[in-house]
Amino acid sequence: MGTAVTLVKDSPPDAPRTRPAAPAAERRRGRRENLAGYLFMSPWIAGFLLLTAGPMAASLYFAFTDYNLFDSPRWIGFDNFTTMFDDPRWQKSVEVTAKYVVIGTPLKLLLALGVALLLAQSRRGQAFYRAAFYAPSLIGASVSVGFVWRALFSDDAVVDRTQSFLGFHAGGWVGDPDWVLYSLVALTVWQFGAPMVIFLAGLKQVPRELYEAAEVDGAGPLRRFWSITLPMISPVLFFNVLLETIHSFQIFGSAYVVSNTTCGPADATLVYTCYLYQKGFKESQMGFASAMAWMLLLAVALVTAVLFWSQKRWVHYEEDAR
Amino acid sequence: MSGITGKAFGSGAATAPGRARTPGRKRTGSLAWHVGALLVLAVVLYPVLWVLGASFKPSREIIGSLDLFPTSPILANFKGLADGIADISIATFFQNSLFYALGSVVGILISCSLTAYAFAKIRFAGRNLLFSLMIGTLLLPYHVLLIPQYVMFQKLELVNTYVPLLIGKYLATEAFFVFLMVQFMRNLPRELDEAARLDGCGHLRIYWSIVLPLCRPALITSAIFTFINAWNDFMGPLIYLNEPGKYTVSLGMMMFRDQEGVANYGGMIAMSLVALLPVLLFFLAFQRYLIDGMATSGLKG
Repeated sequence: MGTAVTLVKDSPPDAPRTRPAAPAAERRRGRRENLAGYLFMSPWIAGFLLLTAGPMAASLYFAFTDYNLFDSPRWIGFDNFTTMFDDPRWQKSVEVTAKYVVIGTPLKLLLALGVALLLAQSRRGQAFYRAAFYAPSLIGASVSVGFVWRALFSDDAVVDRTQSFLGFHAGGWVGDPDWVLYSLVALTVWQFGAPMVIFLAGLKQVPRELYEAAEVDGAGPLRRFWSITLPMISPVLFFNVLLETIHSFQIFGSAYVVSNTTCGPADATLVYTCYLYQKGFKESQMGFASAMAWMLLLAVALVTAVLFWSQKRWVHYEEDAR
Repeated sequence: MSGITGKAFGSGAATAPGRARTPGRKRTGSLAWHVGALLVLAVVLYPVLWVLGASFKPSREIIGSLDLFPTSPILANFKGLADGIADISIATFFQNSLFYALGSVVGILISCSLTAYAFAKIRFAGRNLLFSLMIGTLLLPYHVLLIPQYVMFQKLELVNTYVPLLIGKYLATEAFFVFLMVQFMRNLPRELDEAARLDGCGHLRIYWSIVLPLCRPALITSAIFTFINAWNDFMGPLIYLNEPGKYTVSLGMMMFRDQEGVANYGGMIAMSLVALLPVLLFFLAFQRYLIDGMATSGLKG
């Protein structure tokens, strides 16, 4: 996320750096600024140490121990990890999560981009549609919507009836291990409004002259999309891909609620964090759950790294973006 | 960039890419546009309308019937809620959720704005490093912290209180809001705080009397998002609260399902609707702030 870089870039112009030869008054001022900075930052620093850095270190330690919360942790080396890799339910949770991420995220982003392009065509009614499409992103994570989803996708309910009518599947999705995950995919796709809003904002920043010039040169709509729109919104696309992917790795609530707290049937919605929750909080295997959490962190870090590495090839940043 | 104030949406040419050249094509294009938009709208709104309609249906009709709205609406589902769940009044859950949500809002507004001010307006050693760390936490999966934080709060005997749920909000751990406010503060005219500095104002004074009032849009956006997130939060309360009297609405609903289940399906759906109402009302009142705040988060990312 280029932000840190931008911050460095904009600091200098209005203040010449304090040189070693600077007068004492200036040095004093610098010290005062440092003090003020750290005082203002102190809640964040305390939070970072107590709630982020400290727990991360503890979690890394727990990952190599057998720990049930009541007896003190017992060092067992890599046992949690070897047990994990051999555990069929863990493998299942990886499979379920991978399927969810790989199917749900692209669908959601494609729909978000498609609808954003549609809305960008006209300004009349745009604000209304934008708001209406955004609403599901605010309520999608709630237990209420989880209940509604389970109802809509049960036997004999609207989805089942529609499908039977079209003749390609019978029965509710939530009771069918082969289909239930797709009800969760549908739930995340339903929340396409958040990335859509970001796409729309990106589309508004594309200079109109580019389209006019291209039109004069005889470029058709497809060509204009491919050669102008896509490169110009690629930073926004990158942002959406990154955040949506990371978030969908961490799905918990909707799987837990839609599956009626079982993460089933037949572990078909056993998403990674659901298994982590079961291990940590139902079976008190804090060590194993920590090891699982670190594998999740590694997976997310790997995906993030690959995305950042790939952005050189496809993300186009304007030189004078600011 | 004036995303948050919504000014960005007031200017610019009327037509967007790929406009039609002849009036006839324009009309068909616009018709197709509305048809497309309405189709998406129908799918998006269906679940919301469904819960609205179903909450006025008798329990046994909820699943099987395809009618969105009942032919003879009943109020029994809502009246039933007055009995509460397992001897706990529904109002208790709402009070708990309200406490959690408002407590979170206060914490986020104070802690994140202080942090953002430091990042945006104070030039101190190590600022860029801390800023990168802060952005890093934005990408960190919360689940890595879940177990050790639980262990810590368990040792401190704070499980089954709201402290574990709220403390992070007072310590600016929600990097998204810090980021949002930093972006906003950096776009404020520099002359204002420079003039104040020349007049001898300290940072606290500038923060309180100049920057905060100007940041109102970003503060409102953060406050509403925080409220909604806390209201919807499920995992936090699920892990930390274990006494029904302390449950939030989300947990109350799960208990409702466990206890009454299919027998009182209508009650469950009615409760779902009531739980959604605050979020929907906030959305209707402040959608501008929410959407523009959301849009801004992506632009500078």
